[in-house]
Amino acid sequence: MPEKKEIPMELKERLKCEYDKEWRSNLRKSISAKERMKIPRQKMPQRDPEERNKDFNEVNLGLQEKKAKLEAARCLDCANPTCVSGCPVSIDIPTFIKLVEKGDFIQSARKIKEANSLPGICGRVCPQESQCELLCNLKKATGIPVAIGNLERFVSDYEMTCENVYIPSIASPTGHKVAVIGAGPAGLTVAGELAKKGHYVTIFEALHLPGGVLIYGIPEFRLPKKVLMTEVEYLKKLGVELRMNFIVGVTATIDDLKKEGYKAFFIGSGAGLPNFMRIHGENLIGIYSANEYLTRVNLMKGYAFPEYDTPVLHGKRVAVIGGGNVALDSVRTAKRLGAEQAIIVYRRSRVEMPARVEEVNHAEEEGIEFHFLTVPIRYIGNENGHVKAMECIRMELGEPDASGRRRPIPVKGSEFMMEVDLAVVAIGQSPNPLIPKSNPNLKTGKWGNIEVDWETMETSMKGVYAGGDIVRGGATVILAMGDGRVAASAMDKYLRQSKKRKKA
Amino acid sequence: MAKILRRERLVPNLHLLEVHAPEIAKRCKPGQFVIVMPDEFGERIPLTIADWNIEKASVTSVFLVVGTSTHKLSLMKQGDDIPVFVGPLGKPVDINKCGTVLCVGGCYGIGAIYPVARAFKEAGNKVITLLDVKANYLLYWEEKLKSVSDEFHISSRDYYYDCKDFVQHILKKIVKDKKESINQVFAIGCTYLMYACSQATKPYGIKTMVSLNPIMVDGTGMCGACRVSVGGETKFTCVDGPDFDGHLVDWEELFARRKSYFDDEIQSLCYWEKKIFP
Repeated sequence: MPEKKEIPMELKERLKCEYDKEWRSNLRKSISAKERMKIPRQKMPQRDPEERNKDFNEVNLGLQEKKAKLEAARCLDCANPTCVSGCPVSIDIPTFIKLVEKGDFIQSARKIKEANSLPGICGRVCPQESQCELLCNLKKATGIPVAIGNLERFVSDYEMTCENVYIPSIASPTGHKVAVIGAGPAGLTVAGELAKKGHYVTIFEALHLPGGVLIYGIPEFRLPKKVLMTEVEYLKKLGVELRMNFIVGVTATIDDLKKEGYKAFFIGSGAGLPNFMRIHGENLIGIYSANEYLTRVNLMKGYAFPEYDTPVLHGKRVAVIGGGNVALDSVRTAKRLGAEQAIIVYRRSRVEMPARVEEVNHAEEEGIEFHFLTVPIRYIGNENGHVKAMECIRMELGEPDASGRRRPIPVKGSEFMMEVDLAVVAIGQSPNPLIPKSNPNLKTGKWGNIEVDWETMETSMKGVYAGGDIVRGGATVILAMGDGRVAASAMDKYLRQSKKRKKA
Repeated sequence: MAKILRRERLVPNLHLLEVHAPEIAKRCKPGQFVIVMPDEFGERIPLTIADWNIEKASVTSVFLVVGTSTHKLSLMKQGDDIPVFVGPLGKPVDINKCGTVLCVGGCYGIGAIYPVARAFKEAGNKVITLLDVKANYLLYWEEKLKSVSDEFHISSRDYYYDCKDFVQHILKKIVKDKKESINQVFAIGCTYLMYACSQATKPYGIKTMVSLNPIMVDGTGMCGACRVSVGGETKFTCVDGPDFDGHLVDWEELFARRKSYFDDEIQSLCYWEKKIFP
């Protein structure tokens, strides 16, 4: 479910102001609501499953101009656009869609960028069906919402291919230095927002490439790295400095950076330690955490081994444990690396899967097998210490648990063997421990996550903010970006007030 | 990017790499490591820090040439840029005053044990150093290690030295011959050396710490490649280690996991050699 969120007054007024513009009103009246409702949802063109499950090129091809305009015409341009309240970064959705209908794609891209520095990414990886599109009034009326995500992707791609990437006006320099820790979705968002406000932003990244989960986790076939790099280049044009191979908490601490003049901090260091099930045989060769498997393939380009030095094990029969987006990315990766059988093993049933519906559908088309209500209880190795099978047990669903999903309960006597030569454990991760460890003053929760004031994303340390998986444990790209936006606005206020304090 | 200040062959197959890395030099402690990538195609490999110099802002490591990435490193020259040299990672060695410490080093571990021996010495311990080499021409840093040791031994498999024997036998001999007790053994080197030392000291109940060297990818606790079983619990070497109690390590598992990519390593080397020597 989307986070329940009241649209702030300021945003409501802005939406209304756009809504009342003459061109908008004329466009709205040009086609009746009844006619708009008759237009079918425009299908996202995609590559043939049998072709795409053998390489790492992108699955979705993107809407064409004509289709995009038609899709945009489906939007009823409601006076009270509920979709906006489903967006964690509060994009002015109706305005950008109506600009598409009007054919002004560049203006549309700029409209999105007022709220979201990374539209090419969000248009591809956001779970729209449980956010903006869930609350779309057209969905209430006809059952089929406007394809907001596909349109977002369209305008962003349009802007990129036109090489007409607009650099917004940047406020005059404030002289404040801000350190952003981690170049993932949360950190990139904070950096973009604060740079626009005239602060001097440095992103410190532990890995050798920026993007966080967008580079090491999400595969090329879902998010081409070219899109990510374009968006990072955009941030550089805003004046953001990137320092790679620098681990805050290790290479230098927050206190060290304070001495270098950094006034405010944002911690977006992300998910750290992968979770394992702690069952027998889990350290056999051929059992990966999803983090390791995807990092080898995506960040280290293991799919292009030996052109790249980092190898990755290829399995004929690969089981991926879990039902989230990471599990699906892993299983589809295994298929692309040549697995004859690539299988999802999930302890609940299909409806409880946390993955995006589109990804589940894509996986099915590509020949991924699903074993629902199943969980491994131990792994069996061969004489070389390599996994050869896993013993599983069937589950049934009981009462809903704290997450609201029905709790899986093992069925006695239902154990069975499944032959596998590769297993990938994708059951989530715990927050990265490096920063909390090096800052004992930082208040953390039960799971090692950093505790924040949700209104501002400020931590227990003054001037230190946090967001994304280091706070949430394991969430989505867009929620991390939402945190980034909230933090950026609070940090801007904090910095401006500190200036006033100094003057006083 | 980090500039190479020095790269030289110490002995066949073992190279020294000194890199300009001011932040790491300022903060690193004995037993920590860096993650290095020789070029954008390379693997991320962990190298134990063997020395550092704050004035020169340099960090030194000794590495064994094994796979493609270390071959590439061994061809780099002074003045070249290393794209990735990040750290200092892992927990530092727990240096305390405990009496007599026996430091064992073999292979790249002769370099890596040096700052450990030095720190134990500076903390007021009696330091006995035992270096293991297959033959005399594989010994390096002898004087450096002697300078921080109260006693110095070599185990070797050739006739150059009197002590022709495997490291565990010499280690046992030192333990038996000692009138005073040895309070701790610290071993760094190939997995077999660390395993053999742990086996040798187990009957005597001497605390034996080893600096494990499993395969790593990110080195910051994110991927879990480096997991090892210690005392029946899974640990991540990069954040929980690299030092563990050698008597509690599941050595069989570690040996197996280190062999995960043997065939791939050969394929990778062949590919690379063809590319650079067409």
